Amino acid sequence: MQFLRKYLDKIKPNFEKGGKFAMLQSVFDGFETFLFVPNKTSRTGVHIHDAIDSKRTMSIVVIALLPCLLFGMYNAGYQHYRAIGLTADFPSTFIYGLLAVLPVVAVSYIVGLGIEFVVAQWKGHEIQEGFLVSGILIPLIVPIDTPLWMIALATAFAVIFAKEVFGGTGFNIWNVALVARAFLFFAYPSKMSGDSVFVRTSETFGIGGGQVIDAFSGATPLGQIATATSNIQVSGILGNPLTYWDLFLGLIPGSVGETSKLCILLGALILLATGIANWRTMLSVFAGGIFTAWVFNRIGTTPTMLISPLEHLLLGGFAFGAVFMATDPVTSCRTQAGKYIFGFLVGIFAITVRVLNPGYPEGMMLAILFMNSFVPLIDYLVVERNISKRKKRIKS
Amino acid sequence: MQDFFYKRYLFIQILLPLQDYFLTIIFMTTIIKIRNGLAINLEGKAELTLCDSVSYKSEFYAIFPDDFPGFVPKICVKPGDRVLAGTALMYDKNRPEIKLTSPVSGTIELVNRGEKRKLLNVIIKADKENEYLNFGEKDLKSMTPEEIKSLLAETGIFAFIRQRPYAVIANPKDIPRDIFVTGFCSAPLAPDFEIQLNNAGESDAFQTGLTVLAMLTSGKVYLGICNTAKLPCLKEAKNVEIVTFEGPHPAGNVSVQLNHIKPVNKGEIVWTMNASDVSFIGRLFLHEKVVLDRLVALTGSEVPKNDRTYYHSTVGVCLEDMVKNCTEQSQKHLRYTSGNVLTGTQIPSNGFLHAFDNQVTVIPEGDETHDFLGWITPGFDKFSMNRSFPAFIVQALTKKAYKMDARIKGGRRAMIMSNEWDKVFPMDIHPEFLVRAILSKDIEKMEDLGIYEVAPEDFALCEFVDTSKMELQAIVRQGLDWLYKELS
Repeated sequence: MQFLRKYLDKIKPNFEKGGKFAMLQSVFDGFETFLFVPNKTSRTGVHIHDAIDSKRTMSIVVIALLPCLLFGMYNAGYQHYRAIGLTADFPSTFIYGLLAVLPVVAVSYIVGLGIEFVVAQWKGHEIQEGFLVSGILIPLIVPIDTPLWMIALATAFAVIFAKEVFGGTGFNIWNVALVARAFLFFAYPSKMSGDSVFVRTSETFGIGGGQVIDAFSGATPLGQIATATSNIQVSGILGNPLTYWDLFLGLIPGSVGETSKLCILLGALILLATGIANWRTMLSVFAGGIFTAWVFNRIGTTPTMLISPLEHLLLGGFAFGAVFMATDPVTSCRTQAGKYIFGFLVGIFAITVRVLNPGYPEGMMLAILFMNSFVPLIDYLVVERNISKRKKRIKS
Repeated sequence: MQDFFYKRYLFIQILLPLQDYFLTIIFMTTIIKIRNGLAINLEGKAELTLCDSVSYKSEFYAIFPDDFPGFVPKICVKPGDRVLAGTALMYDKNRPEIKLTSPVSGTIELVNRGEKRKLLNVIIKADKENEYLNFGEKDLKSMTPEEIKSLLAETGIFAFIRQRPYAVIANPKDIPRDIFVTGFCSAPLAPDFEIQLNNAGESDAFQTGLTVLAMLTSGKVYLGICNTAKLPCLKEAKNVEIVTFEGPHPAGNVSVQLNHIKPVNKGEIVWTMNASDVSFIGRLFLHEKVVLDRLVALTGSEVPKNDRTYYHSTVGVCLEDMVKNCTEQSQKHLRYTSGNVLTGTQIPSNGFLHAFDNQVTVIPEGDETHDFLGWITPGFDKFSMNRSFPAFIVQALTKKAYKMDARIKGGRRAMIMSNEWDKVFPMDIHPEFLVRAILSKDIEKMEDLGIYEVAPEDFALCEFVDTSKMELQAIVRQGLDWLYKELS
């Protein structure tokens, strides 16, 4: 890699102060540190440093999300070809999905990173990696048929108003990707829910054209539950009944990344094995969800209240939110005890919204955003306990 | 038997008021296990074998007032003056009784000043044979604490005592609640203090020092020792309460020990000392002179194997000859530190041993290394507490010692990851919230969150593991200094 290093050293002066491209300094710095770990040595304080940095941390999360992304692509193609009544082989199914999902990923990254680059240059700091994760989360939590201009608008809104105005990565109160989704959800409700957005029936870049067959219904299992009046039996897009196993494997309609619990489990294993995500948060979200579902089962009168805890975990975005969104280190609690409380309450609210509010089939997004707002309060209470212990010590 | 008893420690907690009493009566010691911490296994540990033979002297010695936080130097010698070992070089502007004295006899070579005429150091050209200033025979039993303190201040040894709060040098006017002495250093490649103590003269001096300290406090002197300590002069030290600690770094940090034994509250003052500095006090009372000799370990991956050993030397010695072989044999840029790699001071290759240090470390600087795509490569040769690197498996299987350089290995970010510092911060304090309070200069919050219990060195491991690469020790030092100025 010597030649690359030499080339970078050669062009570097152009990007420094007074150079031809000084306005692109932070972009250059971003690419340079992407290629080579900075060789800056410590001036004060400790003389050695741990090899971890925020680039690696964020990359691990992106890697953990890849199974969900790849499966989401395949599933997009799979649902499409089933909807038009064709059987397609694996490559063409995947390619259809790839072509459907990739533009969303590209738009999200281009808009988000573009804003990051501009802000970094404007404020004169390094490009922060936080958006690497947000940028891939956004395509995974929206319905496949969300128009690209809406993705661009929502991403810009979330990055500017949920992150940059607070000071950038590390200062935001709400999970950036969820803010993007919430923006879409409330600004364009018709495009974000209902039966027509979770399965793409039209052709993509000229492939996969065909007529939707009569038996087709694009409602997600959660959507079916929300509108059901009695005896819930969730079914796939062609009316085929879905088993727990189907829900776990994830060949069902839904937002791009949330359907396969298997891939989410794989991501969770990566995050927990590397210790990047906090197991306390993850565990307590599930605990909160199971507990609430169990309570509703006990007192249940309506069909939605009688959904079993296991089904709740397998439905919709609960597992995805618990593993990838609630564990966001910046917007979840920063104290250990707080993480348990935060997670448990996220679980409780997610299931409560699902069960009691038919207007919102999925409660996970709202539960996490809502609890994000309470993080400072929870942390305050935990820290206050430490403080009162210290004060008591003086008295005794 | 002790271990058996420790396992029942939790039951004993029910009898909390009696716990101290019981354990002390039965074993004369208490064991405290430190769980949150990190043992950084670095290459280049000093070997134990050659210790008796190597003595290291240099032509020049230097005293740096910056080594003594809270000390505002006023120089009282000028170049060309003749000094003896024990002659005052400077005194504290605010408390003129506190002095820093010369470790050797000789002539003042240079008084170095920096910006705004800030005094940087005083360099002394040493005589061939050391001449000591005699402070006269002292009968310890007939001395009052005030007399002892003024003698210690006069001889410059008092400056080696630090206090909590503020982690600055102590004030002779105070009567501390307790005095805490840490009997071991747990930092990476730390020298083994028992090697220095392992002879009759030194263990006598150490015990005398502890006895003197015991006369200065209204409470107790606590001596924190490692569970692997063997020497009777540590395990059976008199006039002190011995507390045994087990666990990784920072178990040897005096703040950690005092936080577990008896935390400092607002309004209280405790003094802290390193065991090797306690010997200075003992030598003063035994030999009537100031002998600032230390056993110094030369460590680090860039030190040739034969040189990794212990040297009998003195505070402030010029290290140029000690590290000569490293400088000559290495092709790379090197980083020399007086002290360990976490809290030490960076020095040039002809630098001096700083006042509190028992160790010199030489590691690669690393600025010639360009690590390609380091954020994604597996990194088998990299050490990290984070499990996204395989170091945790490698450590468990092979006990491999790592070679680390001085690179920061990442860009500076805002606080992102949470709970990272807690894993290496074994005190009942929320480090992250304390640092936030310091950054926002909120005095009340700092007090509430326990600023009086900490020293910058306690944040060294946090700084090491921090993903966001924040300079935590500097932040805490600034906070303490600011508070010290505002409140005292």
